[in-house]
Parts: sequence; structure tokens; C-alpha cells
Amino acid sequence: MSTRDRRVRTGLPVLLWVPAAVALALVVLPVIGLVARSDLSSLPARISSPGAVAALGLSLRTAALSTVLCLLLGGPLAVVLARSRVPGVRVLRAVVLLPLVLPPVVGGLALLYLLGRGGLLGSHLPGIRIPYTTAAVVIAQVFVAMPFLVVGLEGALRTAGERYEAVATTLGARPWTVFRRVTVPLVLPALGSGLVLSFARALGEFGATITFAGSLEGVTRTLPLQVYLLAETDVDGAVALSLLLVVVAVAVIAVARPRALRGQR
Amino acid sequence: MSGLSARVRVARDRFTLDVAVEVAAGEVVAVLGPNGSGKSTLLGVLAGLLLPDQGRVAVDGRVLTDTATGVRLPPARRGVGLLAQDALLFPHLTALANVAFGPRAAGVRRGRADEVARHRLAEVGAAEFADRKPAALSGGQAQRVALARALAAEPGLLLLDEPFAALDVDATPVLRGVVRRVLAATGRTALLVTHDPLDALALADRVLVLADGRVVEDGPTRAVLSRPRTAFTARVAGLNLVSGTGDPAGLRTPDGTLVAAAAGPPGDPAVAVFRPADVAVYTSPAQGSPRNVFAAVVAALEPHGDTVRVRAAATPGGPAWVTGLAADLTPAAVADLALEPGTPVHLSVKAAAVAVHPAGTAAAG
Repeated sequence: MSTRDRRVRTGLPVLLWVPAAVALALVVLPVIGLVARSDLSSLPARISSPGAVAALGLSLRTAALSTVLCLLLGGPLAVVLARSRVPGVRVLRAVVLLPLVLPPVVGGLALLYLLGRGGLLGSHLPGIRIPYTTAAVVIAQVFVAMPFLVVGLEGALRTAGERYEAVATTLGARPWTVFRRVTVPLVLPALGSGLVLSFARALGEFGATITFAGSLEGVTRTLPLQVYLLAETDVDGAVALSLLLVVVAVAVIAVARPRALRGQR
Repeated sequence: MSGLSARVRVARDRFTLDVAVEVAAGEVVAVLGPNGSGKSTLLGVLAGLLLPDQGRVAVDGRVLTDTATGVRLPPARRGVGLLAQDALLFPHLTALANVAFGPRAAGVRRGRADEVARHRLAEVGAAEFADRKPAALSGGQAQRVALARALAAEPGLLLLDEPFAALDVDATPVLRGVVRRVLAATGRTALLVTHDPLDALALADRVLVLADGRVVEDGPTRAVLSRPRTAFTARVAGLNLVSGTGDPAGLRTPDGTLVAAAAGPPGDPAVAVFRPADVAVYTSPAQGSPRNVFAAVVAALEPHGDTVRVRAAATPGGPAWVTGLAADLTPAAVADLALEPGTPVHLSVKAAAVAVHPAGTAAAG
């Protein structure tokens, strides 16, 4: 819409501006507070400390791997949930939402009692230890982040409908060709935004990680865990790393936002 | 045998479709029928999207569905193309890539597929849209591309499901012309489902009329539409139809009224057919030349081109067959007569304007 747009628009009720402004302030002011609290002169040194670098590297690596797993596992799950006519699929749709509404700490405990040494599955995995390893970090992140991808993608698939797929079929395309050349391209924007959200959620994951994977430097201590640890002893260090997380988050949004986030209405 | 040969029986709760359809190779057959007559079900079975309870579908001698032997080819392997009301072009592909989709799915190399697609686009007069995305095409343009796409997949049978229904009034005649030209040029075997007699007249060699899941009329398009044997066909063709028994003086309705006309076949089931434009409307009984005059009340007034179509209903206690008869008047005449729903009128039609033909046993497939 250009500034020359002369259409008369339905006015916004003035009453809405007040809570809207408060809401915006609630999002923006804390970040500003963080910046105001930080000691900019010592920032470079704090960010480049060995502990911080290790935590950032671990966070980026695990979040990236989690995002890939979300795509490889959650993508097909979304397709099955959207397209399958197997009875009970509706119940499954609700189950997938569980990690979204569950407190992450509870999720971490649940994972511990599934994959821990005496756990339901863990006791059948002799010689393989999962809790308190980097693998546990990734599993915890996938657990909490995957619903973001599945829910968005499944909604897009259902909105796109099956009509294009039916047309592709009458043109002689086999199921795999239809999937590759019609289904996937149609939901590409939703897939992009789902991946961005999953990555961001994985990057910020704390509760499930500390319960299931602990906080071992270089192995499971991701950036949010490092921030929590430093907040007890070195507040300036915690603030500096928090700013680093904010920067990474803003960068993710900047890279992905223009196309991907808009695709999901 | 070549062309389409289908016998289909589908039973639903309160509806059974039971038809046999033969379409010779290169022939275009139109299927007309009121809503719920089974047209969509028939197309679904032919396209392989529905499984019939009993039946056999073969195209060019290749069996696609046969409930007796358990043959059930999936849609992708039937070679049955579909052009529906909505073009449904893949929004992420250019027009060219849309048309090349069928050949590519069949394993044709990209360069060759694009060549085929360009040829098909030119055929439907859409060559200049090749590089556009569907969002940048008008409804008529998109439907041309969709036609090219359906043809590029080289279907043995092309199904046209109300292909012009979603287009605006200006685009319809042009696209109808394109479809007509392309079907004739490529000699496609095609089945057209439509509610518009103009579509059938322009495109189809033959017409089938479905009612309640059965074929009630079958014959050359012009003959079926100009000599309708059922009320539905008459309405589709925009004609009035009264059924009864043939009489030397015309047609005798079940309640004994004589509809004067050129002689009908005595004693046999027959229908009298006349155009709404030949029906005059009076508010008092008319006199004069040999006319048929039927008492009625106005049921509805509908704009119909430059004229107003007056729909009649039976008078209380009068013969029921009057209901549904139509008369076309000028807006001035409607105003002069002060017609409105409920006005008692007399419908008058000259005997010379009424044609009587046998209703007989309508060819039932």
C-alpha cells in the first residue's frame, strides 16, 4: 500500500491502541533493559571467553541438527497427519501438540524415564548411554521444537487441499512424483517458517535439556544453560551471553522473516 | 474396440447409477442431467477416483476397471484426462511447466517435454503465456493452459467437467471455440458434462441425458435438443414440453385437454414441444385463430436476455402439467399486463408453433 493510497479505511477503535502499546512494550522493553544493563566495553572479552564460545558452538550445532531431524521426521509426520484416512489420526493430531503445552522440565523428566538407564527403553539399550550426552541435548530439542514444524506444515497441507494432487495424478504422475513436484512445492513457505520456528525453539531450549542432559561444559551446556549458570555468579557475563542469544535470534528472524514467516498466515 | 466402453453400476443410499456409455474413438459425447442425476459419479468412476459396485470401463480396448476380474488401474495409469470447472494450474509452476508436467511424469526428457508443451500451448492460442505463473493469468487464459496440460498428457479419454462454468460471460464463447477446434483437430475421444445446451451443440456429436441414474435420452445433439422427450431435456434446451398421448389433432394430456398441433402419432405416448417465445400471455381469455389456451397463474418472473421469462404454475384445481411452462415477453408487455407472482393469466400458443413427437421408449443406452 503506497502513501498515495486514498482509500478511506475503516478506522481502528482508539481503545485498541492502549493495550496494543502495552503488549509491544512488554516485548521490546526487556530487551532494551538487557542492553542498558550490559557493560559494552567488556562485552567482546566476555563473549569470546572459552566457556561462552564452547556454549555457543554447542548450541548452534545441536540446534541445527535438531532442525534437520525435525524436517526428516516431522515433515513426513505432518504429511501423514494431513493426508491419511486411518482412523485415530485425529487423536494423533492432538497428541503431537503435547510438547507444546507440556512444561519443558516435565518433558525432560519424561525423556529421562524413557531413555535413562532404568527407563522403559533405556533398560533395553545395554552399552548405550543417552542421558547427559550431546545426543540427549538434541533429543530434548527435537522433542520441544518438532510440534512447531508439524502443526504449521500440517495446516498448510490441509489448506492446500488434495485437488492439485488429484490433477497431477490424472496427468499420469505416480505418488512419489506427485509428492516431490506438487505437494512439497505447495507448502514450501510453511515449511520454511516451520523450520525457522523449530530452530529458534531448539536454540532457546532450557528446561528439558537441563533435566535430561544436565549441564556439562562442552558436552551438554548450551548457551541458555551457560546463561543460567553465570546468572548466579557473574551477572555481567550472563547479560553478555543473553545479548548474544538476542543477536542470534534477531539474525534468524531477519534471514527467514521476509518470505518464510509471511507464508504462514 | 476403440473409444470408451463403460458399464457402470453404483448404489448409494437412495440412489443408483446404472448406465452403459459407449463413445466411439474421436467422438465427443455430452452428458446432460439435473443435479443428482449421477453425472459426477459417472466421471469419478471413469477417472478412477471412485470404484463402482459393478462395472467395466475400457478405453481403446484397454481395461481400466473391471469388478468381475478385479482390475482397478489407479488414476495415474488410466490415461484419462480431466478438465474441470477450475483450471487448478499448479501455482508454483509457469504455464509451460504446467503443460510439460504430464510428459515429464511419463519420463520424457525436459527439453523434449518443453517442446511438446510449447506446441500444445500454441494449439490453444496460449503460446504467449508460456512464462507466466498462473496467478498472472485470467480465468479464460488459465483454462486454455489447463486444456493444453490435459492434452499434453496424451489421454485416451478426455473428461470435460463443466469446463466453462467458472468463466465470465465474455470468455466462455471464445474458449468454447478453442475446445471445439482442438478436439476436432486432435480427434480426441471426449465426454463432456454440462448444463448448457450451447456447450453440447457446439462441441458434442451426441448427447446422453441422465435422470435418476439412468440414461433417458441418447442421440445426435441437435435431434435430442430440438425434439426433447423429457421435461429436463426440454428445460435444458429452453423449450416447453407437455407429455400425453398422440392424437390426430395433436396431443391429449392425461386430464383430457387437447393440445392442438400438427397431427401426432395416435395412441402412443408423445410429447408436445413449443418455444417460450411462441407463448402469448393474456389476462383475459383470447380469441381468434386456432390457438391453445391454458389457464395458469404467474409463478415467477425472471430476466432472460432482453426479455422476461414468465414461469407459470397450475391454477388451483387445474391440470398440474401447466406448472413449469414458460413464456417470453418484453419488459413493456409485462408492465402493461401488470404481471406479478400470483396473477391469473391465460397462456396462448398457436397450433402451428407446437410440434408433437413420440416419447416412446427413450433409448436407454
